[in-house]
Amino acid sequence: MGILEVKGVNKRFGGLQALSNVNLSVQENTVHAIIGPNGAGKSTLLNCLVGKLIPDTGSVMFDGQSVLGRKPHEINQMGISRVFQTPEIFGDLTVLENVLIPCFARRDGAFRLHAFETVSAEKEMMDKAMQMLEDVNMVSKRHMHSASMSRGDKRRLEMAMCLVQEPRLLLLDEPTAGMARADTNNTIDLLKEIKEKRDITMAIIEHDMHVVFSLADRITVLAQGTPLVEDTPENIKGHPKVREAYLGEAA
Amino acid sequence: MLGLEKKDVTLLAVVALLAFAAPFILNPFPEGSEMAQFNAGYPDLMQRFVIFGIFAIGYNILFGLTGYLSFGHAAFLGVGSYSAVWMFKLLSMNVIPAIILSIIVAGLFSLVIGFVSLRRSGIYFSILTLAFAQMSFNLAYSVLTPITNGETGLQLTLNDPRILGASTGADGSIPVTSLFGIEMRSTYEMHAGAWLFQFNAGYYVCAIILVAAFYLAMRIFRSPFGLMLRAVKTNQTRLNYTGLNARPYTLAAFVISGMYAGLAGGLMASMDPLAGADRMQWTASGEVVLMTILGGTGTLLGPVLGAGFIKYFENIFSKINDNVLHGWFAALPDGLEDTLVFIVHPFVGKGWNMTLGLMFMAVVIFLPGGLMEGGQRLAKLFRKKDKPSGDDSEHHPKQAPHVAE
Repeated sequence: MGILEVKGVNKRFGGLQALSNVNLSVQENTVHAIIGPNGAGKSTLLNCLVGKLIPDTGSVMFDGQSVLGRKPHEINQMGISRVFQTPEIFGDLTVLENVLIPCFARRDGAFRLHAFETVSAEKEMMDKAMQMLEDVNMVSKRHMHSASMSRGDKRRLEMAMCLVQEPRLLLLDEPTAGMARADTNNTIDLLKEIKEKRDITMAIIEHDMHVVFSLADRITVLAQGTPLVEDTPENIKGHPKVREAYLGEAA
Repeated sequence: MLGLEKKDVTLLAVVALLAFAAPFILNPFPEGSEMAQFNAGYPDLMQRFVIFGIFAIGYNILFGLTGYLSFGHAAFLGVGSYSAVWMFKLLSMNVIPAIILSIIVAGLFSLVIGFVSLRRSGIYFSILTLAFAQMSFNLAYSVLTPITNGETGLQLTLNDPRILGASTGADGSIPVTSLFGIEMRSTYEMHAGAWLFQFNAGYYVCAIILVAAFYLAMRIFRSPFGLMLRAVKTNQTRLNYTGLNARPYTLAAFVISGMYAGLAGGLMASMDPLAGADRMQWTASGEVVLMTILGGTGTLLGPVLGAGFIKYFENIFSKINDNVLHGWFAALPDGLEDTLVFIVHPFVGKGWNMTLGLMFMAVVIFLPGGLMEGGQRLAKLFRKKDKPSGDDSEHHPKQAPHVAE
């Protein structure tokens, strides 16, 4: 039984069947990549996992509990964090403040009117945030205005914001999309480091095969809203169905 | 000290000093001199400075931190005023229960309006708040006449019950507002040479409350709650995927700022016990937006400065009429005098709005951070002159300005 179990999920947008009968099982402490050509339904699937979309039929279970019908913030509190295709950070705030917010969010769990505490006096939260920044090598940038950083740094910060919450499942939506080669390699290194150091399950949606094959333990190939195959990277590489879906070759 | 960092303690001390020494600071020109008309140190105007300062501080907690532009905050001010006057009519002339009731009623009122309006954001939110405020204004003006006394405005009469006080004063007139026997209107006048300084009891009550309100806002700005409000302003999507729902935070900010507005309204009625529907009109709501933007949105001191500026213009510039202008330019030849008066005329007296408008445009275009940004730029200019080298900006990342400096 995996930590994330998707069973028989269908999603239709008007005349388009975006997902049809998707089954997916993500095992704990593995990196599971979901690949597929454009329009395969990868992002739709991810949005169904985080509560942005609700599937028409089927079930999504996280750690034995259904996530369907819950709001994104409730699903986050269950232990699922998400990295976006374009980094979503608090651009007007400093790097340190960006990391402090998820710390407080996890501590409080929901709305709390902490109007008389002082942020800088919350030692436990400050230590936690600083430790996280150290882990991702951003301590020297902690007072920087986060919007003014490079794309790679923003991605790094967004990962730090997710990781500081100690999620059980980290969802990554094309983490290297639109990045320069150097930034892509940095991101791969960072993800490898995270994988080694932490007990974390990751589900990655990715276009870049280089990224997928250097990280994933399991790969699911989606095409036209249906999973084609699920296997290890080695087996996927030579799989005729995958080549067909990607390259249009006759098998 | 007081749960604040050293820099904030200094800022609070400066605000307290300015507030308590205002009768001196605002009266720099000797009595009877040409410039005496620029003196703003009379009780009525000083009270207005401080009350609108409180109003703007509260508004800034909503607009400055969360970015939600409410266009209906005058409704809460008006509700606060009506509540306070009712307290004077029914209970006693003591200002404390009146102010407490106005805060509570404005808080409840803003809870209802905020609950509905905060379902939308951006321009739709602004329009919803504007609609509610105009609705309140029209109701107060017509349908709710039994409570608000319609267009005449709510006033005290000799027939009011005042169960804990007297219906009539000792001399048979309507009693005046007071704080445990200290009359709000009582003023101590100090003659020092050619100068006249007025110390008004009501003003000092307002000033003490201003300092307390400022302190409270400062704590909110520095708190985890304040941090979340700023998070709402910059990226609600991220906040949602960080495990928090933005709605309760924005609603709390809305109610807090509504209570500040209620406090301001209650104080206004405490200084002068009458309340009219025009206090709720959209122009009044717009004024507090102007004050906040002019002073510096999201800064602590900005809204107070903005409130002071606008009220100063409204009361001082509007008093300069053609006679005064002719007096100023009397030394010049006749033709030149008339020309100058002709040029200056549209900007003073009834035209004070024009000067204010031009100033507002200049601030928004050249100093988007308001007067506070102007101050910061000046300070930076002087600091640069002090130490021209040794600043290795290339090897140190630019430090983000901390909010509310």
